[in-house]
Amino acid sequence: MKSLEELARIREQAKQNLQLRESRDGIKIVVGMGTCGIAAGARETMNAILDELIKRNLSQVIVTQTGCVGLCEQEPIIDVTLPDQPKVTYGKVSPDKARQIIANHVVNGNIIGEWVIRSDKQ
Amino acid sequence: MAFYRAHVLVCGGTPCELGGCRAVKDTLLEEVNRLGLSSEIRVLETGCLGPCDQGPVIIVYPEGIMYARLQPGDVKEIVEQHLLKGRVVNRLVYHEKKEEAKSVVTFESSDYFGLQERIVLRNCGRINPESIEEYIAHDGYRALGKCLTEMEPAAVVQVVKDSGLRGRGGAGFPTGLKWSFTAKTDSNQKYIVCNADEGEPGTFKDRLILEGDPHSIIEGMAIAGYAVGANKGYIYIRGEYKLSIERLQHAIRQARELGLLGTNIFGSDFAFDIEVRSGAGAYVCGEETALIESIEGSRGEPRYKPPFPGVSGIWGKPTVVNNVETLANIAPIILNGAAWFRGFGTEKCPGTKVFTMTGDINNEGLIEVPMGITLRQIVYGVGGGIPGGLGFKMAQTGGTSGGCLPKEFLDLPMDYDTLAEAGSALGSGALLIMDDSHCIVDIVRCFMKFFKHESCGKCTPCREGTTRLYELVTKITEGKATNEDIALLTELSRVMQTSALCGLGQAAPNPLVTCLKYFEEEFGAHLNGYCPTGVCTMPVANVKVG
Amino acid sequence: MPAEKYSSTPNSGLLSDIDDIIRKHQNRDGALIDVLHDVQALYGYLPEQAMKRIAEGLSLPLSKVYGVATFYSLFTLEPKGQYVIRLCESAPCHIRGAVQVLSAIEEELKIKPGETTPDSKFTLEFTSCLGVCGVAPAIMINDQVYGNLTPEKVKEILRSL
Repeated sequence: MKSLEELARIREQAKQNLQLRESRDGIKIVVGMGTCGIAAGARETMNAILDELIKRNLSQVIVTQTGCVGLCEQEPIIDVTLPDQPKVTYGKVSPDKARQIIANHVVNGNIIGEWVIRSDKQ
Repeated sequence: MAFYRAHVLVCGGTPCELGGCRAVKDTLLEEVNRLGLSSEIRVLETGCLGPCDQGPVIIVYPEGIMYARLQPGDVKEIVEQHLLKGRVVNRLVYHEKKEEAKSVVTFESSDYFGLQERIVLRNCGRINPESIEEYIAHDGYRALGKCLTEMEPAAVVQVVKDSGLRGRGGAGFPTGLKWSFTAKTDSNQKYIVCNADEGEPGTFKDRLILEGDPHSIIEGMAIAGYAVGANKGYIYIRGEYKLSIERLQHAIRQARELGLLGTNIFGSDFAFDIEVRSGAGAYVCGEETALIESIEGSRGEPRYKPPFPGVSGIWGKPTVVNNVETLANIAPIILNGAAWFRGFGTEKCPGTKVFTMTGDINNEGLIEVPMGITLRQIVYGVGGGIPGGLGFKMAQTGGTSGGCLPKEFLDLPMDYDTLAEAGSALGSGALLIMDDSHCIVDIVRCFMKFFKHESCGKCTPCREGTTRLYELVTKITEGKATNEDIALLTELSRVMQTSALCGLGQAAPNPLVTCLKYFEEEFGAHLNGYCPTGVCTMPVANVKVG
Repeated sequence: MPAEKYSSTPNSGLLSDIDDIIRKHQNRDGALIDVLHDVQALYGYLPEQAMKRIAEGLSLPLSKVYGVATFYSLFTLEPKGQYVIRLCESAPCHIRGAVQVLSAIEEELKIKPGETTPDSKFTLEFTSCLGVCGVAPAIMINDQVYGNLTPEKVKEILRSL
């Protein structure tokens, strides 16, 4: 260890790996993983999301899953929450749609209106 | 770079290991693999999370849901329900043992953790103790870097002095002052020793820090080394703590690889290295001069003082001996400043204290709370009260060498000075809670047996005294003692407190003296051949009814 | 660890193992305790010949080696059973039922503390606090600690060994 700068570099790198446990206010994606969701292909959607995040090096995004919310016909359902913005819920999210949601909504902040099934008021 | 959507932390502290956390972790890995989740879910072992009686414990992040008392058979359900489908398995969630228990408890939100202030245990249960990177991610080694690149050694000593930090091993001696004695000596060789010979019955805080956050000790020692001008450190760990020894050795290797130990640390001309030494089963080695004898490879018998180790320690060289918990406080104090540290606790005892709660209490385990918190807050707040609806009889503070306090003292603030006034001690932070089904004389006999066994035999007051105390107390439990025996016990206690060579002999009578004072009636009953709780076997002829 | 390993007295071949241990530690000051740990791990106890060899190898008087070996409770000069049971008798374990656990062990093995079973399988001893009070009462069998014990549970553990 030669300098504070070197330590800071290691710290930044290590922090990335810990984002998941530390971050309470980052970008969150929640995938519906009830039996209905899985039956509708949520596993594939989840895999696509993870794959896309890795490709784009978006380690600060938190991905969790949730159970059935009752809108079974809309599955797979995902929620996307950006910091300081209301939660947006998308329905019938195929792997391909999931990738587009990450590109447009998560990265660029543009909500893809036609796929939205619910949006919380702020 | 690997990206994981969930991290599962498995508590790998010793108590959880006893509960079978290895099997839980193995099953977890199997199940995660079986469902093809291994690329998205990271399973890792961490240090003790605290509620030891609830082990094995795991935490699932990002939600921070804590599961307790897991059996390998429960794991499948957690993986299938929670990790795959996101449904929290309520049946297995950590429950606080209180009347109005909440059902779902996250790591941060429970009362058990809510009343706590974690400085020393900042990383325990949050990081992987075998990863130096995770320690660094939590500002690890930044304090050492700050000292070496921006501060003069004297300024480091001054910050620690200003913080008011007092030694957490038991005696409560101001740490900054201790450092300044050694800093002032003129010697070509000085040493830093971390006292990790945790032997006080009921104490296991140091083990948790050693197992859960080993790098915080290494960093604290290196800072101490820079402050006083020492380039060599020893960590003396009791031989029974196998996992602690392994974790520290591993951490030292990592620190050497990154150049955080060795020469020219942070480009300065400061060099520091650390060696682990292990004890071999002797309580007295927790006494600093006995510990030094043991590091030198001798019988762990205390030395006469003065000279104190700060001037003449290992091989006659100036040596700072600090407790594990004390050292874990150093880096945060350097980073945040003395004023920040004084924001916690009381004026004379700033900061927090780690307590280990044992005996008749719902939440057995370990907590970190601000100094000055009352016994009642600990027992009935964080501790969750006494099981089985029984009453509080007494708490012994500071381990077996501390005093016993009856319920009249429940509102006493817990710090070094107020407890000393009450005839007890804060000591190592061990808290033994006893409900009213236990006999006070029987438990005193247990304390006395301990000292009789652990006296090293070097000085007469302790060698003879501990044996006689045990014999006399045994006589009381057998219903054969008289008032003269009580007078003899009192006299012998006074002799030991004033004339024993080291803290062991001086403190051995503490529990007896306090119990004689606060539980006079119960001792009196035994003299009359009657044990109120029915624990002691009394000669039948003497039994009085009720 | 196999029992036969413990009952053997060191022959010349094994004494060379002691020399290896000494060589590993000898450039460190005050290494005696670490050497004793390693040698005891080899034989299960500290035989007289081994202590003599250590004294020679480290250039210490035999009295010093003997003094240290008898001071610390983890060292033993006698061969012990294959499984050494150390029962914690400190206060936190005491009030959580260590006495009942002791009776259960005595009943199961028919030995008292300090004794070894005739088949050299078990030795029963007391120990001070093991530092696992959160799961009191506790015992240590060789290197393994067991907690939350009841008379039934401890008998089960002993029978499984």
